[in-house]
Amino acid sequence: MVTDTDLVRHLSEAQVSVELQTEEMTLNIGPQHPSTHGVLRLVARVSGERCFDVKPVIGYMHRGYEKLSEVRTYPQITALINRIDWVSGYANEIPFIVAAEKLMDVEVPERAQYIRVILTEMARVSSHLVFMASYPLELGAATPLFFALRDRERVLDLIEGVTGGRFHPNFNRIGGVKPNAGSGPTTKKTPQDLPAGFLGETNDAMNVVLDTCEEIEDLVAGNEIFRARTKGIGVLPAEVGAAFGVSGPNLRASGVKFDLRKVEDYLPYDKFDFDVVVGENGDCWDRWWVRLEEIRESVKIIQQAIDGIPPSGPLQAKVPKVIKVPKGETYVRAENPKGEMGYYIVSDGGPGPYRLKIRSASFSNISMLSWILEGVLVPDIIAIMGSLDFVLGDVDR
Amino acid sequence: MTQFITDMFSNFWVSLGGKLLLVALMVPLIGMLLGFAEMKLSAKMQSRVGPYFAGGRWGWAQLIADGVKFFQKEDLIPEDADRPVFKAAPILVLVGTLALFVVIPFGPGLVFQDLSVGIFYALAIASIGTIGVLMAGWSSANKYSLMGGLRAAGQLIAYELPLVLAVVGSVIMAGTMSMSGIVEAQISAGFPFVLVQFVGFGIFMVAALAELSRIPFDMPIAESELVMGYVTEYSGFRFLFFFLAEYANMFTMSAIAATLFLGGYWLPFVPESTLEFAGPLILIGKVFLLTFTMIWFRWTFPRFREDQLQTLAWKVLIPLALANIAITATLKVVL
Repeated sequence: MVTDTDLVRHLSEAQVSVELQTEEMTLNIGPQHPSTHGVLRLVARVSGERCFDVKPVIGYMHRGYEKLSEVRTYPQITALINRIDWVSGYANEIPFIVAAEKLMDVEVPERAQYIRVILTEMARVSSHLVFMASYPLELGAATPLFFALRDRERVLDLIEGVTGGRFHPNFNRIGGVKPNAGSGPTTKKTPQDLPAGFLGETNDAMNVVLDTCEEIEDLVAGNEIFRARTKGIGVLPAEVGAAFGVSGPNLRASGVKFDLRKVEDYLPYDKFDFDVVVGENGDCWDRWWVRLEEIRESVKIIQQAIDGIPPSGPLQAKVPKVIKVPKGETYVRAENPKGEMGYYIVSDGGPGPYRLKIRSASFSNISMLSWILEGVLVPDIIAIMGSLDFVLGDVDR
Repeated sequence: MTQFITDMFSNFWVSLGGKLLLVALMVPLIGMLLGFAEMKLSAKMQSRVGPYFAGGRWGWAQLIADGVKFFQKEDLIPEDADRPVFKAAPILVLVGTLALFVVIPFGPGLVFQDLSVGIFYALAIASIGTIGVLMAGWSSANKYSLMGGLRAAGQLIAYELPLVLAVVGSVIMAGTMSMSGIVEAQISAGFPFVLVQFVGFGIFMVAALAELSRIPFDMPIAESELVMGYVTEYSGFRFLFFFLAEYANMFTMSAIAATLFLGGYWLPFVPESTLEFAGPLILIGKVFLLTFTMIWFRWTFPRFREDQLQTLAWKVLIPLALANIAITATLKVVL
């Protein structure tokens, strides 16, 4: 699927030929800049509009979560890891919780598994909708933002209704999930459950999201300027992407049909019928398009899960009051909205991990910035950077 | 008493002062009106409410409040800035805009100064603003400002040509460069020139958008790339100057387009005797129609890249404009 990539990569150069020699200039993009998604800093060496090389400088948001985790118990850590990729807080929890459950050998009830799938995919929808909002904005179109954010808010409201938090749900427990108070009385006979009407509301919201996808496609995809700004820009060949550890939609846009939801078994994705969306050229356009299609695939999964969820049953497996994870180590990775997210837990048998290594998607995704931004025009820096859809909390942790 | 007033206004200096005062009042008023229109229209397009509280109803006083706010702000000048140039730039930008009002005919005889080379003067003066922009970019001692200023200069060179060439069609049809003369030619022809000069009209509007550096041609400002381009370092009332100039420029560019292509202060089926009073309203109506389109574009389109803009100007608009001139001239001779 990947063709003569070097040719495509330098297509943008063919359009301008700079003959006048001018003085080089070092342009400091960020850490305070409207479109560096937070506090990323790029040190770019530019001559006029042409940029020779770019050096990303990260670490302005380093919060030391790996170290902090060592002095916290397992249930406490989920509150921290919500804040890694805050655009899809719920999806962050899954690989960590699954890793701990794997070490403890806990069987999670089916209904809880389904709820996890629904909420993870809702997190994916909301994360991709943020991308649908911010990417045209970076190219100068302000209006698609409002269409995308309007329905993201609807999805977030539903997440909040179940978990109690829009961004930081902190909803998973080892062995299951825990709906918030207000979801019904808690007695021994009637355990807490999903809020009444949640599944129906979610189904409706997903239909609305599908309509919005159509709307965004009409507004953005058909626009000649948007096509001219994204097609053939920032081409990432599959081999290069894989070598840099790029994952998720960014790698799939380059034509690699690799989705951890199909490969790993951290959640019962094998019960659902969905496609892995792949792009052709790996340019900005494909990265945008792959995410748009992934919203539709996620909606498919959610609606199947709503149809297939067991109508009742426990949400929590039997676990000891004080959670201690047996000695051992494991690595669980999951397909997060931004890419592959994994947790390597080393346990010495105590109430918290001895060491926790967080493999976050955005960190690897932006590691190839200096490769992909070499020799592009200054406006394309923004176009390419935006299309990679990273979150600085996910980069610095 | 009436004799006294007529005498007073026949005095050259008094009438000049009156006209200057009128322009000086009109520009902020128009700037605020269009700024408010942009706020409200963009809100409608994005399913928002827009300004709501200022003034009690519809937020009508929002722009007045904003203006007061700008005057209260500290007037910051960067330490490394080239101070005289930095201070002169916003004034130059605004002056270029103010000077454009001089030749726009608001009605029969209702023109500040009807120059025989009216449209030529207008286009020449319009490009002074870009020099101000370049000065602002250069003197700010900021790399983003510098890039914005240079982009503006590149844009000027690319878009001044199609702008001028697009006008030539109408000038040929009217046989005069005087703005009032062009309107009168349309009155005597009985139709607005846009019916024939639609190519010229389209090119003029695209080039005017580029000249105003509004989306899709807002590369000199390009918020997501260059922070705020050449206005990055400006604050307080100097920023207000740029803001006013932008909206006043929208008005004047639309007014020129309306005059050249849409019949100016004249509308078919409106009796000519009423034009004295109806003329300004008709012109302003047409101007608002065109500015609405500009606002509409701004909230719909993404931004071009600098090289794509140059390609569009040199490879599409200029050849089209030249072909338009050739065809118009041929038809003028043949018919």
